Amino acid sequence: MSQMSAYRVERWTRQSAVFCALAACLLAVLALGPWIFTASITDHLTTLFIYVILAVMWNALAGYGGLISIGQQAFFGLGAYALIRLSSAGIPLYLAMLIGALLVGLLALPVGQLMLRLRGGEFAVGMWVLAELTHFLVNLDPMIQGETGTSLVALNAFAPAAARADTYWMGLLIMLALLVTVFMLLRGRVGASIQAIRDDEIAAASVGVNVGAGKRVMFILAALGTAAAGALWVTTSISFQPAAYFNIQWTAYMLFMALVGGLGTFEGPIIGAVLFFLIEAWFGATGVVYLIGLGGIALGFSIFVPRGIWGVVETRLGLRFLPVGYRLLALPGEK
Amino acid sequence: MNLLNQILQGILLGGFYALLACGLSFLFGVMRIINLAHGSLAVLAAYLLMSLINATNWPPFAGLILVLPVMALIGWALQFAVLNRSLRSGPLIPVLSTFGIAVILDNAMFQQYGANTVSLGPDIGDLAYNSWNLTSTLYIGQLDALIFATAVAALGGLQLCLTYTPIGRTIRATAEDPSVVELVGIDARKVYAMAAVISMIFAGLAGAFLGMRSSFAPYAGGPLLIFAFETVVIGGLGSLWGTLVGGIILGVAQNIGAAINPRGFLIAGHLVFLAILILRTFGGGSIFRALRRLGRPA
Repeated sequence: MSQMSAYRVERWTRQSAVFCALAACLLAVLALGPWIFTASITDHLTTLFIYVILAVMWNALAGYGGLISIGQQAFFGLGAYALIRLSSAGIPLYLAMLIGALLVGLLALPVGQLMLRLRGGEFAVGMWVLAELTHFLVNLDPMIQGETGTSLVALNAFAPAAARADTYWMGLLIMLALLVTVFMLLRGRVGASIQAIRDDEIAAASVGVNVGAGKRVMFILAALGTAAAGALWVTTSISFQPAAYFNIQWTAYMLFMALVGGLGTFEGPIIGAVLFFLIEAWFGATGVVYLIGLGGIALGFSIFVPRGIWGVVETRLGLRFLPVGYRLLALPGEK
Repeated sequence: MNLLNQILQGILLGGFYALLACGLSFLFGVMRIINLAHGSLAVLAAYLLMSLINATNWPPFAGLILVLPVMALIGWALQFAVLNRSLRSGPLIPVLSTFGIAVILDNAMFQQYGANTVSLGPDIGDLAYNSWNLTSTLYIGQLDALIFATAVAALGGLQLCLTYTPIGRTIRATAEDPSVVELVGIDARKVYAMAAVISMIFAGLAGAFLGMRSSFAPYAGGPLLIFAFETVVIGGLGSLWGTLVGGIILGVAQNIGAAINPRGFLIAGHLVFLAILILRTFGGGSIFRALRRLGRPA
């Protein structure tokens, strides 16, 4: 104990306090969004919010839960589908979005129970099979009419400008809520166990961490958040064609953003999402070449920089903008 | 009687799935890696064969003499350039890197060959449609029979090789424990490369047969990987003859599903896969224990 007393545990650093203040300022500006930005910028930012949600959710699953899934498009598609169904049943659009995401999260409970029995690559492809099955089952719904799809009729009740602004705020709100949730999870008791699982699953289990519970929490959170992103996406693009939503490209994007930004870091996937957003804006029009490039960058990062951009920055410079970890400081004079 | 024929066709289809899956299963058994690019690499082999045939007018089976060694080389390169490096960063990184390869390959093939579906069927003449009629409604396609026989021969050959040859023993030992094998002076990386080579030769064979028995397109790799994976899981991961059993179960399920509903082919396959998973999860039993043992990181 005398050894221990020579240290104190620090969670908030001056650096992270400054950063959080800056982030709060940025959020305050973003909150004014539709009033100060043009329609086009507002739309683009909404897209960016959705990308951030997707990246952060995939990172929650892969980076913290140690679960790489190739089938997250299942939840993306289900979120969109749930919104279509619930809003056509008369539930107000933006309420339906939340209820739909919660329902998908609820569905993830039994699904996780089953899929989490699979390990490593098995889980990855098993989720893909699940996504394919979900796709076909949604296609069987007469309202969706197979691959023809349908559109979000409830949007007709809104004026275009109002719908744009509301969707923007909804996106910002959901993104913020999910970021705060991940942040609180990581700071809390679950977070300590989840970060232990990330670092070494077997070692974590051997010191009494409930590995299964930590993974289940991340699985459900990722399902819920990804579903919310799907619901937001259908609100921005209006039409729902199953093949476009239950498409593995969504998982490819998530993987790219989280891997390039930095798996298992809080800030990494956000950086990855911004990067992906910029790359798409500049090169998206080149189509196939752009996709080959994305695959190439992901491959390069997985081989040479598996920690991602933020992982490297964090270890090299000791930067940590958000206080999700612990820092041990020696107390002077007590030695 | 029609249902009986569907089942027969399903069994024959199972041979194709076994050929497709055993490379995936074998690589997993040795390296504990699920190669997400396996399906795309099989499609690549089909395209390579097609390009070769178009350029030289060789018959497809002669073309295999060139395509299979190319696939073997690809397997060797894959191991040293990608799998080996990404394995060092942990067991999950190969999943990411092989997925990256799949994305690159699929889109590169689209860029090179366009969106059209193509087939090698016209190049093999009568073999594509000749069949032996057992009864008026029951028939066995000659190509399907050839594929099934190839699958059995390939699985048997691999089994014999693993059991009786020195290299087979080395591969088995490395699969058990790579670090102990290194103690007795064997380079595990080379053994892994050998496994990748064998896996890619199987993928090449499966790709060639894919081209002959049906049509294919640049993005066919994803669905192929799913079929291969379902086959492997149904039959038991890492088990060679299990892939034949798994392939047959999957093929029969798909064909029965197709008989029930036009969209039932894929749905039935996925449902059988999930049913087996549920059985493994809640039924316990020896299959599940064996899989747990296999899935445990070394």
